[in-house]
Amino acid sequence: MRILLVALVAAAFPWVMHALGQDFYTSFATRVLIYAMAAASLNLVLGYGGMVSFGHAAFFGAGAYIVAILAAEGITSLWIAWPVAVAGAALAALVIGAISLRTRGVYFIMITLAFAQMMYYVFISLKAYGGDDGLSLPGRSSTGLGVSLSNDFVWYYLVLALLALVLFLLHRLLHARFGRVIEAIRENETRATAIGYPVYRYQLLCFVISGAVAGLAGALIANQTSYAGPTLLHWVQSGTLMIMVILGGVGRFWGGPIGAAVLLVLEEVFSASPLLGPYALHWQLPVGLILLAVVLFAPQGLAGALAKRSQ
Amino acid sequence: MLSLKGLSKRFGGVVAVDRVTLEVRAGEVHGLIGPNGAGKTTLIHQVSGSLPADTGEILFEDRDITRLAAHQRVRGGLARSYQVTSLFRRFSVLDNLALAVQARSGSSFSFWRPVAAERALFDEARDIAARINLKRVDVPAASLSHGEQRALEVGLALATRPKLLLLDEPMAGMGPEESKRMIDLVRRVRETVTLLLVEHDMDAVFRLADRISVMVNGRLIATGAPEAIRRNDEVRKAYLGDELAA
Repeated sequence: MRILLVALVAAAFPWVMHALGQDFYTSFATRVLIYAMAAASLNLVLGYGGMVSFGHAAFFGAGAYIVAILAAEGITSLWIAWPVAVAGAALAALVIGAISLRTRGVYFIMITLAFAQMMYYVFISLKAYGGDDGLSLPGRSSTGLGVSLSNDFVWYYLVLALLALVLFLLHRLLHARFGRVIEAIRENETRATAIGYPVYRYQLLCFVISGAVAGLAGALIANQTSYAGPTLLHWVQSGTLMIMVILGGVGRFWGGPIGAAVLLVLEEVFSASPLLGPYALHWQLPVGLILLAVVLFAPQGLAGALAKRSQ
Repeated sequence: MLSLKGLSKRFGGVVAVDRVTLEVRAGEVHGLIGPNGAGKTTLIHQVSGSLPADTGEILFEDRDITRLAAHQRVRGGLARSYQVTSLFRRFSVLDNLALAVQARSGSSFSFWRPVAAERALFDEARDIAARINLKRVDVPAASLSHGEQRALEVGLALATRPKLLLLDEPMAGMGPEESKRMIDLVRRVRETVTLLLVEHDMDAVFRLADRISVMVNGRLIATGAPEAIRRNDEVRKAYLGDELAA
């Protein structure tokens, strides 16, 4: 019931904003949808798989850079650029995961962080592709179907459809055998091995799937802003995604999307509005306090608190 | 069924398992006893594959499994339980068992079909719950009593359909009443599964085991029928002491 309501609001949103003459918010909402996808992908490894990856920006950024670099080389077709972005991010996740998953706990957090920072510095030093300044795209990817994605309405609905598809597939996966196994590994890795599961293989595949979805989100964010820059790969970006997941609910299905929406809206409200006047410069402070409150009073995140209330 | 040949394990300067050669015959309950720190649990870790062997061989049904990964040994029919209860604590009893059934029935690299639709998994999980006498199957494993958790521990191993089961102190921390129930459970299990039983409860071991091996300081000092072990001078001196003399 609730999900129908959400779908309805999401579908009507651009029309309502258009009627109100506030088209800016449609673009903002698209950004929220893209981050919802990225956060959901992180929640898969972090919340369901129990793998605290602190380098998720690597895959997000890789997806964005692949689209931007391909565009710089003249390949703007969505049908080529996006699958390559997804495959590239998946490959990066395969390599990084294959090495990182040999470690546990704090070491895993640190090594994933180190890999992401390595990618950050690699892209900063790629002078041919913008270096520090990043890379601008000439425009959004071309569909070859006579539909232009530069129309913000079309773009919004495409992103919304992709997010819905990703969430649907994640939902299937989590309730299928694979999902049960990765949750079991999170709960008790030793026991999962002792009943016959090759833990490493399940974790690695989970990590790769998550990286691939983050790569798709990255391809979308590059299209959204017509830009791919090194900040997308920076550890702060990994941290932001992690905050979204924690805020929304670690291991809660709607945790990623809710966290992304709430964090971005808070940022928007406190940084841009006349609400705080000259203090808007310090928007991190109120956002931080709200985060603190959520962690203290809703340890299962907002999705967890919502679930509890509806019971 | 299981034979260990010259199995060793060192931790730095400490020799935890020292050239152990041991044979577990199909169908028997083989007790493994020894004072604390004798290396029994290390030996179980080596046989189950969670610790590599420094030297020596492990043969299971005449197959060399010394280098096999732990999960492959389980699939080959060699399961274990833990001395410290190791469950999926937040999952229901039924989900715990269904996960173990799932591990050996078909591939779990399956991403579309909901597990809930696989009735066979849950039917079998219910059967096992009945076998280990657990009535409440929909509660989280963490909410069970200690004795029930120990039974579930054995149930998880049983769900993998083992040919040989390594039981690491199944009676650990149990009162007399719970111990009695566990002994009954082990008796029922042994009808279909060969057992290597590590246990501190001497009374239980001597009642359950067909043969007993005694480990002291990493070395196996005797193997034999319970009566022979009871009378063995070296065993009495090294380990049993006055406990049995009385």
